Amino acid sequence: MTTDAFDQVEPRPGSPKRDTILSVDGLVRRFGGITAVDVDHLEIQANAITGLIGPNGAGKTTFFNLITGFDEVTAGTFQFKGEPLEGVPAYKVARKGLVRTFQLTKALSKLSVIENMKLGAVGQTGENPFKALVRPLWGSQEREIEARADELLKRFKLYEKRDDYAGELSGGQRKLLEMARALMADPEVICLDEPMAGVNPALTQSLLQHVKELKDEGLTVVFVEHDMDVVRDISDWVVVMAEGSIIAEGTHASIGKNQAVIDAYLGTAHEIDLGTIELDPEKH
Amino acid sequence: MNWSIIIESTLEAMVTKNAVVFALAAIGLNIHYGYTGLLNFGQAGFMAAGAYGTGIAITQWGWTIGPAAVFGIVLSVLLAFFLGLPTLRLRADYLAIVTIAAAEIIRRIVKSTQYSEVTGGSGGLNGIGRGFYDNNPIDSGLDLGIVSFSERELWFMVVGWGVVVLCMVLTYLLVRSPWGRVLKAIREDEDAVRSLGKNVTWYKMQSLILGGAFGALGGIMLTLEQQSVQPDQFFTPTTFFAFTALILGGAGRVFGPVVGSMLFWGIIQFTDVSLRQAIANDYIPTWLMDGVQAGQVRFIIAGGLLAALMIFRQQGLFGNKREVALDDH
Repeated sequence: MTTDAFDQVEPRPGSPKRDTILSVDGLVRRFGGITAVDVDHLEIQANAITGLIGPNGAGKTTFFNLITGFDEVTAGTFQFKGEPLEGVPAYKVARKGLVRTFQLTKALSKLSVIENMKLGAVGQTGENPFKALVRPLWGSQEREIEARADELLKRFKLYEKRDDYAGELSGGQRKLLEMARALMADPEVICLDEPMAGVNPALTQSLLQHVKELKDEGLTVVFVEHDMDVVRDISDWVVVMAEGSIIAEGTHASIGKNQAVIDAYLGTAHEIDLGTIELDPEKH
Repeated sequence: MNWSIIIESTLEAMVTKNAVVFALAAIGLNIHYGYTGLLNFGQAGFMAAGAYGTGIAITQWGWTIGPAAVFGIVLSVLLAFFLGLPTLRLRADYLAIVTIAAAEIIRRIVKSTQYSEVTGGSGGLNGIGRGFYDNNPIDSGLDLGIVSFSERELWFMVVGWGVVVLCMVLTYLLVRSPWGRVLKAIREDEDAVRSLGKNVTWYKMQSLILGGAFGALGGIMLTLEQQSVQPDQFFTPTTFFAFTALILGGAGRVFGPVVGSMLFWGIIQFTDVSLRQAIANDYIPTWLMDGVQAGQVRFIIAGGLLAALMIFRQQGLFGNKREVALDDH
C-alpha cells in the first residue's frame, strides 16, 4: 500500500512529499478585494488519495479551478510532473492528464450515457470536421472507444443505462457517469469536486470503492469532500484549507487533533475574520 | 372563395424561392443553435455576405457564377471568423448581441451611398448571373394540374433543392460523427467538454463558420433566383424568419429546418391569400380589415400559430419530446 509513502512526511502545511506529482507555490487568487486562495506551498503525492477539506468558503473549489485551468491565477506558479501549468487553458491541462469533475454534476443531459462516455476519449480522429465526413477514417477507433466505454460502464454499474439520456439518470448515477467519463480521458491525476454530494448512502459505498480502485490502478486522486466519514475512509493524506490558505496537512488521525483545524471548523477566529471583510451595504 | 388559387399559391410557396433560401439559412442556424447552442441572431449578415460577395464578383469584376459563389462563401467564412474571435470565449448572449449588430452594420454599409458604386446602394445590384438561367437545360414547364411551374422555376428548384439536399447530407454526416458529438456536448455544457480536453472555443468557431457558410449559400441562391440583390432583404426579421422555420421544424434534427422552412412559407402564403380572398368575397368586412392590412395580419396569424406550437409541441415537428422534457432538470 502506498500509505507508506507518507511515513516520513511531516504533518505540517507545505511539507515535501516523497514522490510529488503536483506542486503549488505562492498561488494567489483574488476576486476584487477578497482573497479566495492564498497557498504558500503544497505538494501532492503521486498514486495516493489526497482529501481536501475545509469549511464552506475555504477556497477548495477555487483551488481546483486554478490548478485545472478553469480560473486564472492572480499570482503564483504550479507544476504538474515538473511542468509549469499556470496560464495553460483548461482543455490542454486535461490533455496533459489532469482531469477534473464538478461539484454540480455536469452530465450532458441530451446525450446518451454511452455518448457521454465516448466524448471523454482523447485524440479522436473523427473530431476533425473534415475527417468526420469519412467514416472509414474513424470507424475502427470509434469501436475501440465504445468497447472501452462499455467496460467502464459495466464497472460503474451503468451498462444497463447505456442508451438512456444522461438527463434521465438519478443524481448519484450522474456522479458515477461523470467519474467514468473522466476516466475515458486517461488521466494521471483526477480531481473530484465533492464526489459524494447528493449521493444516497448505498451508492456512496460503491463510489468509495471506485475511488479506491483508481488508486490501485496507479492514478492520483485529489478530492474535495465535506463528509468526514468519507474522508476518513478513503484518504491517505488530508489537506485542510480555511480562508484560502492551507492550515494543516496530515493523516486523518493527526488532523483530528490539530487545534487550527478545530478552530477553523468551530469558528474561534470567527469575529476577527469578519472584521477584515468590509461589508458596506451602501456599495451594493 | 377561390380555393384552387389558395392551394396553388400555398403549394408553390412551399417549394420555390423563399422556401429554398430559408431552408439553407435555417440549416446553418441548426448547426449554430440546434447542435452547438450558439445564438446567432445575425444569420441575415451571413446571407448578405454570400449574396453581395457573389453579386459584386459577377457585376463588378465579371466573374462567372461558380468562382463568384465561392467568393461569397469565403466572405461569410471571414465574417464568422472575425465575429467569433472576440465573442466565442465569452458567454453565449454576447454572440447574440454582436451578431445582430454585425448583420445590421453589413446591411447599412451595403445600403450606404458611400459605396454605392460597388454595392449599388439602396437599389442593390441588378443583372446578376444571367448565365444561371441561360444555362437552363429544362426546355418546358411542368403542369401538375393544381400547380404548375415555368421552366425557369423548375431550373431554380432543381439547383436550389439540390444544394439543400447536399447541405442536409453534409449535416447528417457531420452530426453523427465524433465531431458532431463534441458540438452537441458543447450545447449541453461547455465546461464539461473543456474538462475532457477539447478546445471548445475552436469547435464553436468551426460551427459558426460552417453554419454561416450554409447561410451564405441561402443568400447566393436568393441572388441567383431574382438576378438581383437589395440590402433590405437582409434586415433583422430575415434572421428571425429563419429561426422560426428552424423551431417550427425542430432544432437539432437534420430535416427540421428544411420542412420548417417549407411550412413557414406555406403558412404565410396560405393566410395571405385566404385573407385576401375572404376580403374580396366580403367574408371579412372592410371596416375590420382591407387587402393592404392582410399583408401584415398574415404575420400576426403566423406568429400566433408559432406560439401555439411552442405550447403544444415544444420540440417542433421533428423534435424529440423526450429531449425537451430533460430541460426541466
